Amino acid sequence: MKNGDFEPRIVGILCNWCSYAGADLAGISRIKYPANIRIIRVMCSGRVEPTFVLKAFAEGADGVLVSGCHPGDCHYGEGNYKAYARKVLIEKLLHQFGIEKERFKLTWVSANEGERFAQIVSEMVSEIKEIGPYRPPRERMRELQPGAGTPPAPGWLAEEELETAVAGGAVAGE
Amino acid sequence: MSEKLKLAFYWAASCGGCDVAVLDTDEKLLEIAKIADIYFWPVAMDFKYKDIKALDKDFLDVCFFNGAVRNSEQEEIARLLREKSKLMIAFGSCACFGGIPALANLYDPEEILSWVYSGSFSTVGKNGTRPLTRVSVPEGELTLPEFYTAVYTLKDFVEVDYFLPGCPPPPELILGAVETLVSGVLPPRGSVLAPDKTVCDQCPREKQDKKVAAFRRPHEVIPDPDRCLLEQGIVCCGPGTRAGCGARCVQANMPCRGCFGPTDGVVDHGAKLAAVIATTATSKDENEAAERIGQIVDPAGTFYRFGLAASLLRGKSLKEEN
Repeated sequence: MKNGDFEPRIVGILCNWCSYAGADLAGISRIKYPANIRIIRVMCSGRVEPTFVLKAFAEGADGVLVSGCHPGDCHYGEGNYKAYARKVLIEKLLHQFGIEKERFKLTWVSANEGERFAQIVSEMVSEIKEIGPYRPPRERMRELQPGAGTPPAPGWLAEEELETAVAGGAVAGE
Repeated sequence: MSEKLKLAFYWAASCGGCDVAVLDTDEKLLEIAKIADIYFWPVAMDFKYKDIKALDKDFLDVCFFNGAVRNSEQEEIARLLREKSKLMIAFGSCACFGGIPALANLYDPEEILSWVYSGSFSTVGKNGTRPLTRVSVPEGELTLPEFYTAVYTLKDFVEVDYFLPGCPPPPELILGAVETLVSGVLPPRGSVLAPDKTVCDQCPREKQDKKVAAFRRPHEVIPDPDRCLLEQGIVCCGPGTRAGCGARCVQANMPCRGCFGPTDGVVDHGAKLAAVIATTATSKDENEAAERIGQIVDPAGTFYRFGLAASLLRGKSLKEEN
């Protein structure tokens, strides 16, 4: 499905002090940008674990945008440096998992860069529209799993994890 | 306990090391034999599948199942043994979370088959002949198990009562598990029969500030035997891996490879390890951070060495789907 109907679902994980405020500014300023991003606010980009990114992909996101304060501007001093080191490792991991590099981005957006935020989202949406939707292997493995009447519990996930995973699968089937 | 415990052991997609680990209990094995009868143990004793099929439901007290599930025979026996056993124990890292065999989930089944049956250097007769799952010969029909698209954990197919991780589980934990089962005071269903602490907790090395200037592979450096391996730049999975092994690898100057899986509450072992290890390489200079992380050669193979089949993504996207 690489046609014009495809609307990517992008999870945006934004830090409270800069990027979330930047996104807010984009809204207040009535800057137009695609509505494909679902924003989650965290206190700091240093809070973003690789697990968050992988979980978004596992539950059907087509892209993940993490955004924090510019280097040197972190409200907590060094959170965004941690985010950057993780970003490099996440990129390598995603490559090994066969996930295209366009699907994951770490950007720096300050509280007065509403324009910049809108532009980043627009670019990301158009890039992901190019490459098409992402389908997590877990979902496919579950379908292919022989002899399984009900979806099996993914090993090691807690029950509530499983429920959200199944709910994510239902959304993917829209 | 008046009656003897009825046990079964099975190996699926595994190397056989878990079965050897049972023998590693040494003379204690004789004590186990005193309190238990073994009804099924393909690696050591000559029982047939039909012997198990002939048993009543829940006849066996405990089944120790090692190995991941990769083909239809393994699934069939997993379901059979589940039906015949009161307790099913995922024994070893492969049964718990896929183990080393699950690294195959980073490849398409087609890539694997073509490498094994024509590509590899040791393949004789590279004419592309592949085994069939079913073939008719004058004597009748011959069948082979079906090769699944991916490697699964035991829990993907049957209900598992307890998890006993490790590659292989150390004898002390095996004996501890048997003692627990004999005592009749059972932990909550679904428990991992190992401590809920990390390897660092059992590691005797001296730990200071975790700041890594350069990552090096174990063969590239002779580590200081008393200092934390991670602080010396050797990627060690200890900070995010469950204890219970007695930190034997790190005491032999080898980094923890993560065979005990995550502690309770961790969603994705590999991602958690990636978070920890990347954070130690933090730098204010983006290029420097990128260079340091670049020295980690194979992140998926390092952080998901044992846990890929139980991870969030569970493997690489298959080619046909994108």
